[in-house]
Amino acid sequence: MDLNTKYTPQSWPQHAENSTLEGKNKFVGFWLFLGGETTLFASLFATYLALKNKGPEGMEFTTQELYQLPLVFIMTMLLLTSSLTSVYAMYHMKNYNFKAMQAWLMITVLLGAAFLGFEIYEFNHYVHEGFNYSQSAFSSSFFTLVGTHGLHVLIGLGWFILLMLRNSKRGLNLYNAPKYYIASLYWHFIDVVWVFIFTVVYLMGVAG
Amino acid sequence: MAHDVQNQMRTKTEFEYTRRRSADEMRGQVTTFAIMIFLTLIAFTAVYADFSPNLVVPIILLLAVIQVIMQLYYFMHMSHKGHENAKFFLFSGAFVAFLTVLTFVTIIWW
Repeated sequence: MDLNTKYTPQSWPQHAENSTLEGKNKFVGFWLFLGGETTLFASLFATYLALKNKGPEGMEFTTQELYQLPLVFIMTMLLLTSSLTSVYAMYHMKNYNFKAMQAWLMITVLLGAAFLGFEIYEFNHYVHEGFNYSQSAFSSSFFTLVGTHGLHVLIGLGWFILLMLRNSKRGLNLYNAPKYYIASLYWHFIDVVWVFIFTVVYLMGVAG
Repeated sequence: MAHDVQNQMRTKTEFEYTRRRSADEMRGQVTTFAIMIFLTLIAFTAVYADFSPNLVVPIILLLAVIQVIMQLYYFMHMSHKGHENAKFFLFSGAFVAFLTVLTFVTIIWW
């Protein structure tokens, strides 16, 4: 059968994300990738924890005076909400409602972009205070950890936008449904990492 | 690239049943989201309240773990059937992650 076949909501398979062999392969492969990502972030978290507040003699930067919790709180809410909106998008994918799915993904992208904007503002602020990448072991480990997460957000945004543009005229089919599903898994994983970043880096940094 | 997909027109009853089930699931996910927001609020409040770090740190770590489990099981559908591979990969990754962090905060010292 042709993968570009049009469906109706009633004939649309219940598990469109892995009803083809290609979809199944993507699904398994992507979870393997996420397992690998977990260890990537683990090494960055471990490095950060080992080097936190460490630097040259007389360094005035500490987690307590650097981090601003209100900003982190707003960023957390933005990313958490974007996780829900991508759940809504997948709900509409299951119901074969292409327009609604694209609309919710659009909202997800906007929330993600707002998050990224705040992060850039935050980094810019730190650098202007003199806390730049090469300032200390602490600053390097901080920027590498949070920056790698920020890079993931950026890649996730690009991925969503490309998918939405590429398929805007095509509509949903069994060829692109797994792609949308995998991209939304990636987006949730980004939120999973952020939960640990706001807890381990920011909250534990301020709590002491 | 053409794979064998059994194209089956579902009966109206089946169709309505799956619709209702996914609407139920969506409601559950919104509830999950509300709980996650709530957990986040508790974590931030606990830090603002300025309790002893020895008390606050374990609490916020526990809240983070609960929130991540909800994200994995409900938002990423790990509670569904057919996620045995997914669980194996992710929990292996989490195990390595645990060992890495443990090593760096205990064995390595400055």
